[in-house]
Amino acid sequence: MNNILVTTEVTKQFGNHTALKNVSLEIPKNSIYGLLGPNGAGKTTLIRIINQITYPDKGQVYFNGEPLKSEHIAQIGYLPEERGLYKSMKVGEQALYLAQLKGLSKAEAKRRLTYWFEKLEIGDWWNKKIQELSKGMAQKIQFVVTVLHEPKLLIFDEPFSGFDPINANLIKEQILSLKDNGTSIIFSTHRMESVEELCEYIALIHRSEKILDGKLSDIKKAYKNNIFRIGMEIDDPVSLLLEMKDKFQVMDDLFDPKERQLDCTIQLPSNQSSGLLQFLGERGNVNGFMETIPSANDIFIKAVKDKGIVHE
Amino acid sequence: MNKLPLIIKREYLAKVRNKSFVIMTFLSPILMVGMILLIAYLTQLNDNEKRIIAVLNESDFFSNEFVTSQATSYVNFRDISLEQAKDSTMNMGYYGLIFLPNEVNLELVAKRSFFYSKEAPSSIVLDKLETIITGRLRQERLRELGLSTKEYAEMDRTYDINIATFDGLQNVKGINEIKAVIGGAFGYLIMMFIIIYGGFVMRSVIEEKTSRIIEVIISSVKPFHLMMGKIIGTSLAGITQFGIWIISGGILLFIGLAIFDIDPASLTKGGMSPGMANNSSVDVDAVTQNIQLYAQEIFEIPIFAMLAFFIIYFVLGYLIYSSIYAAIGAAVDNETDTQQFIFPVILPLMLAIYVGFFSVFSNPNGPIAVAFSLFPLTSPIVMLMRLPWGIGDGGVPVWQLVSSILILIATFIGIVWIAAKIYRVGILMYGKKPSYKELFKWLKYSS
Repeated sequence: MNNILVTTEVTKQFGNHTALKNVSLEIPKNSIYGLLGPNGAGKTTLIRIINQITYPDKGQVYFNGEPLKSEHIAQIGYLPEERGLYKSMKVGEQALYLAQLKGLSKAEAKRRLTYWFEKLEIGDWWNKKIQELSKGMAQKIQFVVTVLHEPKLLIFDEPFSGFDPINANLIKEQILSLKDNGTSIIFSTHRMESVEELCEYIALIHRSEKILDGKLSDIKKAYKNNIFRIGMEIDDPVSLLLEMKDKFQVMDDLFDPKERQLDCTIQLPSNQSSGLLQFLGERGNVNGFMETIPSANDIFIKAVKDKGIVHE
Repeated sequence: MNKLPLIIKREYLAKVRNKSFVIMTFLSPILMVGMILLIAYLTQLNDNEKRIIAVLNESDFFSNEFVTSQATSYVNFRDISLEQAKDSTMNMGYYGLIFLPNEVNLELVAKRSFFYSKEAPSSIVLDKLETIITGRLRQERLRELGLSTKEYAEMDRTYDINIATFDGLQNVKGINEIKAVIGGAFGYLIMMFIIIYGGFVMRSVIEEKTSRIIEVIISSVKPFHLMMGKIIGTSLAGITQFGIWIISGGILLFIGLAIFDIDPASLTKGGMSPGMANNSSVDVDAVTQNIQLYAQEIFEIPIFAMLAFFIIYFVLGYLIYSSIYAAIGAAVDNETDTQQFIFPVILPLMLAIYVGFFSVFSNPNGPIAVAFSLFPLTSPIVMLMRLPWGIGDGGVPVWQLVSSILILIATFIGIVWIAAKIYRVGILMYGKKPSYKELFKWLKYSS
């Protein structure tokens, strides 16, 4: 069993609104999985189903090979998009309470909390109330209580929204080290660029349906569109540009005659780029040549177009 | 693993450690007792003010009618003119002067009598003087009809009707009032508890929503457990508070009365009519007999049954109402939006109290009392108001009691089910305030 979580044909209705329609996913163990899609696509509903906050109308969810049961809650850590803490409760007490709700004994919870508080250098906050802490401080506590019970699966809904850059970075590092220790992680976000570099696998959700999923590198390969960015150092960029426009499909260009530099983007009919490189080499000094890899955002837009879903 | 005790513990501690809760718990009895003592003290002070009234009696019809009492004493002027009497009254600082002129008959004396005072006289004083003169007038009129003074005294004796049940058990008057007070106290207690602590439950739900912790929590526990934990934890905090109130209030009142040397009877005296107070010519035997009867009647109020049923009705009623409060809290984002939903909740409670006071006490087994003690939203209050009249024979028929509780249990299950549905949908909804129509739609969402 290589998947920590599998969903098969999960469907969920709210009244007349279909929040999820036949969504099947396979989330491999020990990976970072991006659940991407615009607001209202159904990501949060799917995550709530995984957390058993709500239940699917149709379809099944398997956790570690078994049908999802309430005992699995203790093995899942969830940081919702809408998050907060009891404002008038003390930090330590609150963390203990939330850990015990996840099934930890009080002593064990205390031991682990001490470890984490030391690690994040927040040990002296134990007796402070949340309302006395800054937002960034509260975010650290929030992260600690999410991971404290050492879940096998961690789910972060819009992980970095609301975190200041310093804490976002700190959290990112901690998440990566958790992953190295064998935890599987799901990132759900509509800001695809924010998690792209971290995810090994992604699924794109659009209007309640999964439109694409798989290994990110495979998807990128499949969605490569033979666009190359080139940079030339040349005495007469204008005439070269005209010559290139004649021979290739130039998408955009940028040059400064005084600087003897021409940058442009070229669409090739296939991924055979040696012809272009040869052409450029004969004309001058090539100082930039790179195939542009589509971003998750680009892939998303293209996938939506391919599916024939028209945006109004 | 059962997480309910954990939730109950947190909710309880969160409540009892809350600063305003602590302040309320310890301040309320002090304020309440302070107020009672103040009122008693002022009443006593008022009573202690001694008024001296000068009497200038020139007529032959009054001699010793003006008897000095606790609050008023009379000073007789003799052989001086009205002007002199007025001056003396003022100089001596007396409250006022009653002038009874010399006339041929009492009617004319009464007609021409005057009361002089520095400022507008108090109505109590006037009442007293009028009572004296009216009494004398009546006596005189009856004498003219041929009634002796002795016969007149006989005639003035008041009468109390004897009452008994069909079983021949003798009753005492006023026991119904005592029963009403006991029943009313229980009913009122339930209403206050529901309104205060139901409101706490609601605010606690709203707090979880606004602090956005709710989703973190319900990824670990079932919303139903959270809701029940909240209700139970809050009610335990409420019972703690009520307990402290009753004990500390009792002790404080006791100490306060001792310190300020206030007669506890003076607290209730205000409610008694002057007629009752004057009417003290009852012989001692009748008094002891009455005390025995009162004791017997009070003894016959099913205290233990009442306490048992109080707990049953209290628990069920509180659970029903506080789950409604929890659902309201879940449906809205902030407290100002709750008004629209709270009014229909408080309405049956108010109705129950009013029905209790106006219908149950006058006719404990009448159709209105029966209907409202069966209707589940009012039965916890109305039935408890009926119970002091006994169960079975002459009191609440057993079938009514049983069906009232069964209806209450069925309603409890239904309401908690509905409230839990609204709660689990509502706690994750932010944004605009839902309409009743939308709430109804939420019921149809599958979990």
